[in-house]
Amino acid sequence: MSAVSAAPDIVYAAPRQRHPVIAFLRHQPLGAAGLVVIVLMILAAVLAKWVAPYDPLTVDYGGILARPSWQHWLGTDNFGRDVLSRIIYGAQTALSVGFLASILGSTLGALIGVASAYFGGRIDMLVQRLMDVLLSFPIIVLALAVAAILGKNVVLGVDVNLVLAIGLPMVPKVARVVRASALAVREMPYIDAARTAGFSHARIIFRHIVPNVTAPYLIMLTAFVGQAILLEASLSFLGLGATEPTPAWGLMLSGSAIDFYQQAPWMIVFPGLAISLAVFAFNLFGDSLRDWLDPKLKI
Amino acid sequence: MSTAAAGNPGAGLSPLLSVEDLHVHFVTSRGVVRAVEGLSYDVRAGEMVALVGESGCGKSVSALAVMRLLAKPAGRVVAGAVRFDGRDLLKLTEDQMREVRGRDIGMIFQEPMTSLNPVLPIGFQITEPLFMHQKIGAEAARARALDLLRMVGIPDAERRLEQYPHQFSGGMRQRAMIAIALACDPKLIIADEPTTALDVTIQAQILELMKELSRRLGIAMVMITHNLGVVARYADRVNVMYAARLAEQAAAEALFARPLHPYTVGLLRSVPRLDQPRGPRLETIEGLPPNLLAPPPGCRFAPRCAAKQPECEQRVPPLDEIGPGRHSACLRAAELASAGPQALGLQDAEAGAAPPAKSLDPLPVIEVRGLKTHFDVTRGLVAAHRAVVKAVDGVSFEIRRGETLGLVGESGCGKTTIGRTLLRLEEASAGEILYRGTDLTRVNGALLKDYRRRIQVIFQDPYSSLNPRMTVGEILAEPMRVHGLQPDRRAARARAGELLEQVGLYAYMAERYPHELSGGQRQRVGIARALALEPEFIVCDEPVSALDVSIQAQIINLLEALQQRLGLTYLFIAHDLAVVRHICDRVAVMYLGKVMEIADRDALYAAPQHPYTQALLDAVPIPDPRLERERSRVPLRGEIPSPLDPPQGCVFHTRCPLAEERCRREVPALREIRPLHFAACVKL
Repeated sequence: MSAVSAAPDIVYAAPRQRHPVIAFLRHQPLGAAGLVVIVLMILAAVLAKWVAPYDPLTVDYGGILARPSWQHWLGTDNFGRDVLSRIIYGAQTALSVGFLASILGSTLGALIGVASAYFGGRIDMLVQRLMDVLLSFPIIVLALAVAAILGKNVVLGVDVNLVLAIGLPMVPKVARVVRASALAVREMPYIDAARTAGFSHARIIFRHIVPNVTAPYLIMLTAFVGQAILLEASLSFLGLGATEPTPAWGLMLSGSAIDFYQQAPWMIVFPGLAISLAVFAFNLFGDSLRDWLDPKLKI
Repeated sequence: MSTAAAGNPGAGLSPLLSVEDLHVHFVTSRGVVRAVEGLSYDVRAGEMVALVGESGCGKSVSALAVMRLLAKPAGRVVAGAVRFDGRDLLKLTEDQMREVRGRDIGMIFQEPMTSLNPVLPIGFQITEPLFMHQKIGAEAARARALDLLRMVGIPDAERRLEQYPHQFSGGMRQRAMIAIALACDPKLIIADEPTTALDVTIQAQILELMKELSRRLGIAMVMITHNLGVVARYADRVNVMYAARLAEQAAAEALFARPLHPYTVGLLRSVPRLDQPRGPRLETIEGLPPNLLAPPPGCRFAPRCAAKQPECEQRVPPLDEIGPGRHSACLRAAELASAGPQALGLQDAEAGAAPPAKSLDPLPVIEVRGLKTHFDVTRGLVAAHRAVVKAVDGVSFEIRRGETLGLVGESGCGKTTIGRTLLRLEEASAGEILYRGTDLTRVNGALLKDYRRRIQVIFQDPYSSLNPRMTVGEILAEPMRVHGLQPDRRAARARAGELLEQVGLYAYMAERYPHELSGGQRQRVGIARALALEPEFIVCDEPVSALDVSIQAQIINLLEALQQRLGLTYLFIAHDLAVVRHICDRVAVMYLGKVMEIADRDALYAAPQHPYTQALLDAVPIPDPRLERERSRVPLRGEIPSPLDPPQGCVFHTRCPLAEERCRREVPALREIRPLHFAACVKL
């Protein structure tokens, strides 16, 4: 038997320590594309005042239903309002309602899911059956019901009841996913250790379980922003969300747009594109985030 | 019996498998792990060769490399050859390699729970390689599968063929795995920790079976294991690996009689043994194995070696031939061979002395009386199908202050449930747990919180017992703050530093997260967390069974030292009888929720009374080939019955060699057979 040879001289490039954001962008190009669109949308919404070429509410009866041109890139509507400016301002409504509703729905759902998993037994059984009942309604029907019952209640420029109407139907879905993760965490010996140390339920839930289920929570949260934007547009389209003259994407598709779309297709094509692009971007980002945060998929 | 000494069956022939200078690298995002470096070994036909080493030493990776099953694209063989039957396996195409796997080389994995496909019947899984490799018809394949099941000792083979893995017990699944590996008459079987997941009595059955089959069918075997007892009993030749390299290579008897590498010396000495008197503390190998991302230059073992010289840290020691068939990668191997380990300072002088007598408080800290913990299991939707698992069924014992009571038994015997019931993680169904006279099963609220401070726990798995999102410092400070033991954050942090030093870590480690520590270090943090509340009584639930041998000894010594210094009382739950013998003052043996025998340690190990205790002790292999091969052993037959449906009468009668009609009817009570020696058997 031969003696040990020296290790073969193979030179490997030293692993580079990249910032996690850079690493994410490199390994998840589709998610990065989604992220770019999301960042652009946020910038447009925040800087709308300076970015938008016209005031979204200024009516110009001299230039109604103008085709897309150098003056009005995406044309004007039946009141002569600039479609591009209304889409840019519409991002404010879409994003604020989208994020708030998603944060509300996911957070509430996550808390219910964690509590349900932690206490288990009868409480878990009751909570989960309640969630099953809520899940049996199509999300849009549930949102319609909430919006119709609560009506409008604008605080700081955001319709709080609209946020509730969109956020609440998401609760059962998030609760289920987070409960599944929390069930696994609950069985970990470090939770037993926390119990034997005499910690309170609240401490165990918030200090020991919640930090260990943040990955599914964040993933659901981002995925639902897209859903919420779509839902907001649907509710506005159905007349239960934003109301004229607020620039909102769903609203731009409804009302008089239906009467004029054959003469002026740009009135509905571009807001529709904005909705699709936003939802697509959030879905791409959410999927990539899931892959990224799942340690099993990492080398 | 002694195949190793009196000429190997295939000695002199050219080897069947010859691994030559194998190098395996893993390219990960954190750097390159050189997992195997220059591994060479031979296996001759009919021989059983062991690869021994601790976790991460490269033993399993090298087996996967031989089978060409390394995880791609991270793992790659960068140099070396694997000659099998005249061909270099590393040069075959993937199609040719598939022919070799399963037909010429079979593989048995550690985890019989996950290595069988749960949705396919056992019969299908056994016949599948036959269809693949031998192109035989369905009738012939079925007949062969029946033969194989009988060969591996599975009764009622006809019916078993149609069953699915979940209908098999762990031991039966491992038998089925062996049947699959044997299906195509392989020349070689690679077994990766084949019995590590099994109970000791089942382990003995499976090893006997493998040895017998290998001898009868002339199959060579590569056995990968960390258990030196298993090696001593079954291996002809042994390769010891440390940190990706070979440390030593020898025939089993020569290796155990006189190890020629300081690592092997340490490994053999740090295992508590049943055949030797118990010393005051275990010898250990200090320190931790190196990180293979940045290994030390020179000898990998030098940082932990008591016999190291300046040269050891600079020069990589070659694997030199010291005697016929003996190789050691130590610069001082020749000295070790002539002068012995004592001369090189490798033996702890103090370890030989008798243990100091403990003075025990006569008052019990914990008294358990008639404890029952039952679980309701609903089978199916209807409540009428409700079944009860009697995990703990009428157990009584007491533990005095400063004492360690050992609780041993195979999986499913209820030992862990007793610990969890004591900790109030499970609720008792009946009986009392008296802590200094107060019944713990009844306290609640603030009183319970106060008891929780005095009764703490150390868990088995150091990987899942620490919250991954908290730093070590936070983990230690939190319980102190919740119980108001330290006035403020600063005092808690200072105390956390003290605790870390008390368990042999450094105060600066408080800043780290658990994943930045090794398994042994995490277990120390777990111990420090238990000590943070200054408890009086600690439930140790298999605290060392997930650790490597050299680390296990360190933790056992630490637990003993802490007990002496702080006057702690332990309930030590374990399945390793040698570890229990080392650390415990009294031992209780459990089987299916009941205590079979309870006695002082020395009385129990010297003269076990209950047939189950005798069988358990008999099943433990001793790391000394000469002693081990002389022992004639009759492994306990059968398996532990399901706790859902325990036998009538004495729960052990289905496996007991002494059982008679009376045992089927009568439930034996725990009786005092000798002074302070209790056993539950009607035949005594």
